[in-house]
Amino acid sequence: MPDLKKLNDLVIQVRRDILRQVHKVNSGHPGGSLGCTEFFVALFQEIMARKDGFDMDGKEEDLFFLSNGHISPVFYSVLARSGYFPVEELNTFRLLNSRLQGHPTTHEGLPGIRIASGSLGQGISVAIGASEAKKLNNDSHLIYTLCGDGELQEGQNWEAIMYAAGNKIDNLIVTVDLNGQQIDGATENVLPLGNLEQKFKAFGWDVVTIEKGNDLEAIFKGMETAKGKTGKGKPVCVLLKTVMGNGVDFMMHTHAWHGKAPNDEQLETALSQNPETLGDY
Amino acid sequence: MKKYTDSGKKDTRSGFGDGLTALGKNNKNVVALCADLTGSLKMDEFKVNHPDRFFQVGIAEANMIGMAAGMTIGGKIPFTGTFANFSTGRVYDQIRQSVAYSGKNVKICASHAGLTLGEDGATHQILEDIGLMKMLPGMTVINTCDYNQTKAATIAIADHKGPVYLRFGRPKVANFTSEDQKFEIGKAVQLQEGSDVTIIATGHLVWEALQAAEALNEKGIKADVINIHTIKPLDAEAILKSAKKTGCVVTAEEHNYLGGLGESVSRILAQNHPTPQEYVATQDTFGESGTPEQLMEKYGLNAEAILNAALKVIKRK
Repeated sequence: MPDLKKLNDLVIQVRRDILRQVHKVNSGHPGGSLGCTEFFVALFQEIMARKDGFDMDGKEEDLFFLSNGHISPVFYSVLARSGYFPVEELNTFRLLNSRLQGHPTTHEGLPGIRIASGSLGQGISVAIGASEAKKLNNDSHLIYTLCGDGELQEGQNWEAIMYAAGNKIDNLIVTVDLNGQQIDGATENVLPLGNLEQKFKAFGWDVVTIEKGNDLEAIFKGMETAKGKTGKGKPVCVLLKTVMGNGVDFMMHTHAWHGKAPNDEQLETALSQNPETLGDY
Repeated sequence: MKKYTDSGKKDTRSGFGDGLTALGKNNKNVVALCADLTGSLKMDEFKVNHPDRFFQVGIAEANMIGMAAGMTIGGKIPFTGTFANFSTGRVYDQIRQSVAYSGKNVKICASHAGLTLGEDGATHQILEDIGLMKMLPGMTVINTCDYNQTKAATIAIADHKGPVYLRFGRPKVANFTSEDQKFEIGKAVQLQEGSDVTIIATGHLVWEALQAAEALNEKGIKADVINIHTIKPLDAEAILKSAKKTGCVVTAEEHNYLGGLGESVSRILAQNHPTPQEYVATQDTFGESGTPEQLMEKYGLNAEAILNAALKVIKRK
């Protein structure tokens, strides 16, 4: 088992990074970012087999694609703290001439980013393409991707989901951030997703559910199970049950902080709940 | 006047298919994706020769474009194949974000463009695709004129790093460019030399432009005829050189006059050398069912229309 104390310190520091990034520019998406902090930390620190440095082709290493690009604050923080670029660059989030655009892009050459995302519903298709390229290259490494639950309302996902099962894309783990929230409210009220486990299974996928999606141990266990299901002729879906805004009490269990930055006072409260661990940028 | 001979009517889509077959043999990184139109796109031979590098995605174009973008990561050179309508309008956002903005080396190959699709009617006859694609930063836009040129272009774009939109069509048309031509992206091809009027044509209208130039010649009017296979980046030098020589320009394309080659030429002329121009193009309309010949006549996209436009623009000098 990985060093949970160390990883938990990183989780807390990443939360601070997320809050400080969005507060500085009074824009961005803290809710989903906080909800996926433990997942990103676990993925980049332990789960993925990554090479040092960054090259676009990413041969002989696991690759990650973020489909719900609006949770860029957590992506940027974890990339920086995993060595892809200097942590100080988080100061430039959403500023003019920054590599840290509002939504992730390859356009400004930020190491760690392999596709632009933001317009929703495209990430699974891209991940499948990368999975097919891995197979052609006889590269046994895995492709990971994360998408939002509300994002599954986009039809392209279901084209991709059908393709992956029909073509035995079994080097792919798609994680769905199941927080039940989207901009206009609860997914249940905006456009109900139905039973996603049954839907993915009906499409021919293997499904692993992580009930405690904000618990590092549960994530490691669930992702290990998911990894064990790869290479067996079926794509693998992880339903990661998270709490939007996790780690900041007034941001939790609501869609209110999906795309809203805290004011000075709210930032102070939020940071006080997550005392500095590894040092702010 | 140079003489051009039709070596036998052939469809441009077969030029694409044969180009892809050649690429399959010579470039192991080339992969092909198709959305349930393998026969129509003439991709069968590639599929048979390289089943491991051929990806049938079904009737799911959005997923096809996303997958193609993903396959570049790892060094593949994906060629996607479907009709022009489903290659562009249907998947504009996927191309915009996952391919163009992401700077991916995807070749979007589009058959059945324009009115010459014929009987299927307006749902399938896209006349807006050049405009859609040329507006995307970093996108190269190519519209070839015959079988030989389409085959040469298909092979050439594999060596170009970056997204490309390659547009071709369904009907069998005159095959008149040379079999062993060197295809240079962004380089106009001078077909006739003349000093009275410039005719700048792309795609199926290039052959019609040559016919119009012959008819003009019989009237004692010498036309400069330029084959623009690459609409973006456009060969401004060739266009300006000709416009300065003749003082008037006709553009001809199987596309809406809004957003097409004609507007791109106008911009270059307006900025550098304002010149009278007439547009042979569809006039902001949808198409309809009919044979290709009937449609090209009804919508004014043939040699006769180019001839009349030339006579008109000469008077405006």
